[in-house]
Amino acid sequence: MTSGAMPHDSGPHGPEPYDLVVVGGGPAGVAGALTAALAGLRVALVDSGPRLGGQYFRHPAVPGRAAGLDRFLRQARALDARADVLLRHQVWAASREPDGDLLIHCATRHAAAPTRYAATPTPNPSATLRDAGAMRRDGGAMREQAGATHRDAAAAAGGAAGAGREERAVVLRARRLLIATGAHDRPLPFPGWDLPGVLTAGGAQALLKGGGVVAGRRIVVSGTGPFLLPVASGLAGAGARVLGVYEANGGLGLARHPLLALGKAGEVAGYAAALARHRVPYRTRQAVVAAHGEREVEAVTVARLDRDWNVTATHVVECDTLAVGYGFVPQIELGTQLGCQTRHDVDGSPVLTVDATLRTTVPGVWAAGEPVGVGGWRLAELEGRLAGRAIAADARTAGIHGTARTFRTAGTAATSGIASTADTSGIASTADTSGIASTADTSGIAGALPTVDAEPSGAPATSGVPATGADVGGARAAGAGVGGGGVVAVVPPVFARRRERWRAFGEALQRAYPVKPGWQGWLRDDTLVCRCEEVPLARVREAQALGATDARSVKLLARPGMGWCQGRICGYAVSCLAGEQPQPPRRPIAQPVTLGALASLAAPDDHPAH
Amino acid sequence: MTFHITVDGRPVPVVPGQTIGAALHAAGVRSWRTTRFGGRPRGLFCGIGVCFDCLISVNGRPPERACLLEAEPGDEVSTA
Repeated sequence: MTSGAMPHDSGPHGPEPYDLVVVGGGPAGVAGALTAALAGLRVALVDSGPRLGGQYFRHPAVPGRAAGLDRFLRQARALDARADVLLRHQVWAASREPDGDLLIHCATRHAAAPTRYAATPTPNPSATLRDAGAMRRDGGAMREQAGATHRDAAAAAGGAAGAGREERAVVLRARRLLIATGAHDRPLPFPGWDLPGVLTAGGAQALLKGGGVVAGRRIVVSGTGPFLLPVASGLAGAGARVLGVYEANGGLGLARHPLLALGKAGEVAGYAAALARHRVPYRTRQAVVAAHGEREVEAVTVARLDRDWNVTATHVVECDTLAVGYGFVPQIELGTQLGCQTRHDVDGSPVLTVDATLRTTVPGVWAAGEPVGVGGWRLAELEGRLAGRAIAADARTAGIHGTARTFRTAGTAATSGIASTADTSGIASTADTSGIASTADTSGIAGALPTVDAEPSGAPATSGVPATGADVGGARAAGAGVGGGGVVAVVPPVFARRRERWRAFGEALQRAYPVKPGWQGWLRDDTLVCRCEEVPLARVREAQALGATDARSVKLLARPGMGWCQGRICGYAVSCLAGEQPQPPRRPIAQPVTLGALASLAAPDDHPAH
Repeated sequence: MTFHITVDGRPVPVVPGQTIGAALHAAGVRSWRTTRFGGRPRGLFCGIGVCFDCLISVNGRPPERACLLEAEPGDEVSTA
């Protein structure tokens, strides 16, 4: 009768843990959660955003048309009918209980979010009409409409001013965790990069996709990587004047874009046509190396670069907005908090080590999508599905082996508000054949899984796992984790091959768009390296002169990375300046959390606790 | 169908579902706080809740990320 979110509820009939908690509501997380839910597992998915979608499928309250979005939304609705979808929940930590269960610590300002009192909820007097309208109650489980239609209808009807947005803690107990936390932009510092009007490429894209807001009128796009193309064509298509796309790498131009060699001719042609239609110049071996302005960006310096990104010539372009991005940083701190092994991806980014079934080196913890290596949404979705299958197999194995913890079957799941798999056919009929219909067969596969028992669940599968990104070999690494026949049952060869191909594609793109060291020459002594703590280059150099030879010592002496963002924005740059590869994050808290939210955990008798 | 929030006493239109940050940006308000040491203006940067540049106090509450916080009718913010 409860959402299962109350590990501290110590009543004799306390809620059972979820079979799976998924963190991240993008393509990987939704695919993984849906696959596992269809197999009969009791699943919760947590995301910080107001709607499912992550970055790629970010969409406004009333979704428009975008490639793949309809299909994603069908998956999201199917998931919403079968799992607890907790939106607007920031996960700030994951930990292991002595009994082996995982605790997923969240904070939320959502007035109607499940609390430990969800079974007999106390109506929050400050909850808005809009919040009330957003929640449904099915058999006691609290759900939120993934498609957001409920919510928007209520919002349109007129919500009250939100006063109920104090942050509260919500803790989910889970037998298994799927980390599908995606990635964020990887910026490089340059003079003026902290001026308002300078956005990350992903930030400009998020404004457009999520809020329907065009970031500016006269926009320059710069950085490196294929992501600049959709950002520029999206902005131009939405009415902005895009004055140029400046790609620091690749001296070949769009006509010989690396995507072409990777079988993406159609995609490149689409972007090229969009940019040509709006007369947007695409310049390679050029980049914005400085932004100028008083209170906002008013102009940028565009430089011609040599192969190592040293400046050979410059000119100034007047603009009101700059969108800039140099690749992505996978978000892996939940994995490192739990002790998951990491490796360096092709571009040097620390990513979580996984086997062919997407299992990390820590028992009960899987990861899919960008946290195991940046490769785009199609790969992320495929990996989510594969992880979902592996997790379902693991749950089934646990049930078969009659461990103290019974695997919650579809039948019992129904009693807790989770739809049973009996209506799986309904899903297949609401989905297109390429997407959900094939995930729907997971339950069948999971049902045939007695062969997957070669190893106890979660035995670290490190021996066969590639140590470097150069070896894609997920399938080859598989044998280490699950018995031979089991791997095939969980990851059919066709999926393994597809994953290997797309992973190779992602790695090829990383190789085609490296960050070259010349960018360090763009900085002046007073250029901020760390935006939060306002640490200029001079202070970093000073720390190095004092003997700080590695990024961690630089951080301790000069404080870059010790502010609000915890080094997410400047961490890569500081590592480069210190002459080392970026190290895995050591953040005991993945998201800032208010003391009030923590206090709400410590005061079980108060509601709300502050 | 839009509603309004109040920015420095001035109404700013919001499309339901928009964040405070998106609404401000759309209204041409691109910075709303200054940094502790240098007093430098800040607004949206990463746009997805990572950088914390866009912190803003809504209705007198402690600062929150404008890029994540959905605007609600009657919200009052100050850029001072």
